[in-house]
Amino acid sequence: MLSTRPPDIAELEAVARTLRAHVVRTIAAAGSGHPGGSLSAVEIVTALYFGGILRHDPARPRWPDRDRFILSKGHGVPVLYAALAERGYFPVSELASLRQVNSRLQGHPVQGVTPGIEASTGSLGQGLSIGIGHAIAGRLDGKDFHSYVMLGDGECQEGQVWEAAMTAGNYEIDTLTAILDSNRYQLDGAVEDINSLQPIVDKFTAFKWNVLEVDGHDLAAVLDALRAAREHRGRPTCIVAHTIKGKGVTFMENNNEFHGKAPTREQLEIALSQIVHH
Amino acid sequence: MSQAKTALRLGRATREAYGDALLELGKHNRDIVAIDADLAKSTFSWTFGKHFPERFFNIGIQEANMVGMASGLASSGKIPFISSFAAFVMGKGFDQLRMGAAYPHLNVKVAGSHGGISIGEDGVSQQSVEDVALACALPGFVVCVPADEHAMHAAVLAAARHDGPVYLRLGRPKALIVHEPGVELEFGRAITMRDGDTLTLVANGLLVAQALLAADELAARGIDARVLDVHTVKPIDHDALERAAGETGALVVAEEHLHHGGLGSAVASSLASHTPAPIEFVDLGDRYAESGKPDDLLRKYELTAEAIVSAARRVLDRK
Repeated sequence: MLSTRPPDIAELEAVARTLRAHVVRTIAAAGSGHPGGSLSAVEIVTALYFGGILRHDPARPRWPDRDRFILSKGHGVPVLYAALAERGYFPVSELASLRQVNSRLQGHPVQGVTPGIEASTGSLGQGLSIGIGHAIAGRLDGKDFHSYVMLGDGECQEGQVWEAAMTAGNYEIDTLTAILDSNRYQLDGAVEDINSLQPIVDKFTAFKWNVLEVDGHDLAAVLDALRAAREHRGRPTCIVAHTIKGKGVTFMENNNEFHGKAPTREQLEIALSQIVHH
Repeated sequence: MSQAKTALRLGRATREAYGDALLELGKHNRDIVAIDADLAKSTFSWTFGKHFPERFFNIGIQEANMVGMASGLASSGKIPFISSFAAFVMGKGFDQLRMGAAYPHLNVKVAGSHGGISIGEDGVSQQSVEDVALACALPGFVVCVPADEHAMHAAVLAAARHDGPVYLRLGRPKALIVHEPGVELEFGRAITMRDGDTLTLVANGLLVAQALLAADELAARGIDARVLDVHTVKPIDHDALERAAGETGALVVAEEHLHHGGLGSAVASSLASHTPAPIEFVDLGDRYAESGKPDDLLRKYELTAEAIVSAARRVLDRK
């Protein structure tokens, strides 16, 4: 499905609300999962899948010319499942099976099991390397597809991220874009308190990347950054998206209790009413 | 049964044969891509790299990233061969192989060079003695330890044909030639090197030559040993092992690897379910080696024909 119509921000905001509702509903039904880091990524995923950024076709998930989106921070997969279902990769009704036995919707993304999932992730740090592999294959085959990799900020403590960053910079892989969902928290607390990434912009710049900073919840700004990243030549681009963990549900925002905890039935009702009336 | 005394000639190292086979593959298949982590001249991936610079990536000392890149390349239809020392690619790339090759069952081909202690003087940090166990632990991986240059050539071609992840162990020293040029090597099918009905010597890698020499020694004492080159540790050739256990009643398994998780474990677990037979093991046990000349190390750590003969006598006592 090639999206040609310029995206309408109000429509995208409605999509984002739908994805948020799916996230809290599916995690509540599963009784486990990671709402915080799913909700922080909602606008980015919305922009990619509904904003005319990704060239993709849900009817042909293995289409060789498709753009690749790799969710390296695999624990955020509920928002990706929601987007894939709403785009028609599989029925929306299947979202209810998240994390259940015999489901295609595993707790973390699994390549080859769920249509539209490009890499098996959940062991942090690996997605950027995989994205480089896709990009090099595209270069060798003369294809113009783009590879997008979403990283978490805690994830950037992994050494492999910097191995990959060094290689992508030196190989001038400009068909690769990293999107850092910088929600400032990791499982055990604030990234800044545990092992700071700062100055992250300087780090990626030093590794020969083009770096953009954006409010990760401002859909228009996210779209602009994604378009600029795709057009940038000679360097890979890292979009540092400043986000709020748990965004859209007041009692989850910046509350790291909801890094990896499902809402109760009562909390779900409150969350849904906040999301719908946002 | 009397058999001629085995005369073995020293051939090339299996790592050198790896490079040549990769080059041949590259000429016929544009999807073959190679990555190395700053050991291209030691693994001989450079033989491919200098002919196909556009399909060769020496990314420096980044084993984890190398495996991740291979995962992406394979996902986009390429057949990546990645090489480094076995100790490094299996040790530092293990989680990436788990998530990016085994779990999605991708066409990632891993060449781990400098397997075993026969690399010699560089010592334990470079001597891979756990690689076969690690590779066998990964679901869906084919794990192959070719004995000489001809077997390695065939194994590389087989790896390219095989749909799924493959681990090939490469050796540093020149290897005695035990196979003919053009030998047929099918993953999961042992090669009978010598027939015999008193006991079976099972080996892979450098130990195949030692098993053949041991069989000569045993023949001189009237003991008729069958010799199997079980190059593929996974999937193991159950049928050949069952026949060997049924027809010869005792086995020695010899390999340049730790005791746990290598060929010996694979043979024992294969036979235990169907045709239990006494087995003696010639391996490194549960210890690391040290620096030294390869032959000195193989003698000190008892990975020789003499060690196989002793094990044969022990196992025959248990028969």
